Amino acid sequence: MSSSRYPVYFVLPAIALYIIFFIIPSISGIAYSFTDWSSYSDEINYVGWQNFQKIFSPSERYLTYIWNTLVFTGLTIVLKTVFGLGLALLLNEGVRRFVNLYRVLIYLPAILPTLVVALIFRSILNPATGLLNNVLRFVGLDALALRWLVDPHIAMLSVVAVDTWKGIGYIMVILLAGLQTIPRDYYEAAQIDGANAWSRFRYITLPLLMPAIMVVTVLNVLYGLRVFDIVYALTNGGPGYATEVISTEIFKAFSKGQYGLGTAVSSILFVILLVAGYFVIRLLERDRNKEEAS
Amino acid sequence: MQGGRLQAAGAHILAIAASLIMFVPVYLIGVNALKSRAQASSMGLEFPTELNWENFLVAIEKGKLASGFINSVLYSSLSTIIGTFIAAMAAFVLSRRRTRMNRFLYLFLIMGIALPINFFTLTTIMQVTHLINTRTGMVVLYSAMQVPFAVFLIYGFVESIPRELDEAAIIDGCGPFQLFFRIILPLLTPVLVTVGILNFLGTWNDFLFPLYYLSSSANWPMTLSVYNFFGQYQQSWNLVSADILLTVVPVIVVYLAGQRFILSGLTSGSVKG
Repeated sequence: MSSSRYPVYFVLPAIALYIIFFIIPSISGIAYSFTDWSSYSDEINYVGWQNFQKIFSPSERYLTYIWNTLVFTGLTIVLKTVFGLGLALLLNEGVRRFVNLYRVLIYLPAILPTLVVALIFRSILNPATGLLNNVLRFVGLDALALRWLVDPHIAMLSVVAVDTWKGIGYIMVILLAGLQTIPRDYYEAAQIDGANAWSRFRYITLPLLMPAIMVVTVLNVLYGLRVFDIVYALTNGGPGYATEVISTEIFKAFSKGQYGLGTAVSSILFVILLVAGYFVIRLLERDRNKEEAS
Repeated sequence: MQGGRLQAAGAHILAIAASLIMFVPVYLIGVNALKSRAQASSMGLEFPTELNWENFLVAIEKGKLASGFINSVLYSSLSTIIGTFIAAMAAFVLSRRRTRMNRFLYLFLIMGIALPINFFTLTTIMQVTHLINTRTGMVVLYSAMQVPFAVFLIYGFVESIPRELDEAAIIDGCGPFQLFFRIILPLLTPVLVTVGILNFLGTWNDFLFPLYYLSSSANWPMTLSVYNFFGQYQQSWNLVSADILLTVVPVIVVYLAGQRFILSGLTSGSVKG
């Protein structure tokens, strides 16, 4: 009865596209990780764990790229959540008027192409002529006018800062929606009981906002581990290898024709994200089930 | 309430400062696009002393922006229509018929939200299907990539449409196609608009697939054209700014027109009210 009303073939186009362009490449990619597949030769030979041994060998740089990816992910999670939460609180409690205007402007960077944002910041962060250093020199902070994207010690932090600038609005919007679901009476009751602003934040806002903060965190984890555009267009992994991350290395392996090695790196990322994805889905679905129950 | 007013003023100053920081780069692009090459060399905040409208003409001509624009419109709109549509069909059936199998298929599909793409083996697929370096290939790839998130958002929305409508339609003699197209699809409009705008912007802003799979510049979307233009004209920030401005204007227009739907879509998928 319901099979004729809700026919399975409605699902087929979506499933077919998904399997052909998503699943088959990922699964067969794991198989090709154990080969010497490259653009130089038509022959593909089984080489066992050789690619993985190379990736995890301390004498190669791959562990650094993985480490850089984790540093990028960790720092952007903390910065985006802290600033995003600050702005969400500001728009939720601090200001009463023009909230929507502020929201539209603060969210603006999130919809710009990452590539374009990176190009603009290459100019802003230029050590000699960039806007940032010009402003710093103008107000007398010459010591802070650093070589943002050129100095290997701070290049990663600069990339993180630009990415944070771009991502804050997205995080703020989600947290703001979370804040708006907290009933006002809770705060009024707490105020009558003499709770100050900090304890109201600590004991009402933070616990009730936890689900939204969790969602924001997993979104940032998924984004951070896969990050490509912003690094590629800002520094392309440089100076040296200071900002090289997993996805930029994958593109370099692709350009150099090292397909076997590159697909091994890809497969490692796949396994990491498969595990992360499992938790994400549980989280998203738990929220949804709770909503259905209530 | 002197203190309260002072606090509100402080909050507004903070909010204005934050908004300005977010707006500065777009502003920079706007003013520098009209400057002369010499004046734009430092990408300063000041207004242009003379208006060089010809920057736009140079950017359009040398940056191949006309064909880039057409390609971007083609990729974004076609893949959004196809991706959103097939996702809606799938989400409708998966949400209505809760069998174990369908539950599994649903979770399997939305797993794609998290998974990375293997570009190496995907190349082989693109070659086998003769889609590599073609416009069709881009549309098909983008459609496929949109499916997981679109299914996730639409699935939740289908639940809010009463099943009694289905019953009534079937009693009135509707088949599954009529039920879906005439009854369900119109009711899904709000979520379809949200999904559509997000997918459109996501595709417009992407340059990963073109970077990997489009070697001939005739098929490039605007993002890749801009990147290439930047490589050639790094010294002429006035031209680069003009080029960038023309690329982001469509994005900003879609954003301002659809911001209500964008913001609602982001939150409905993640935060529960």
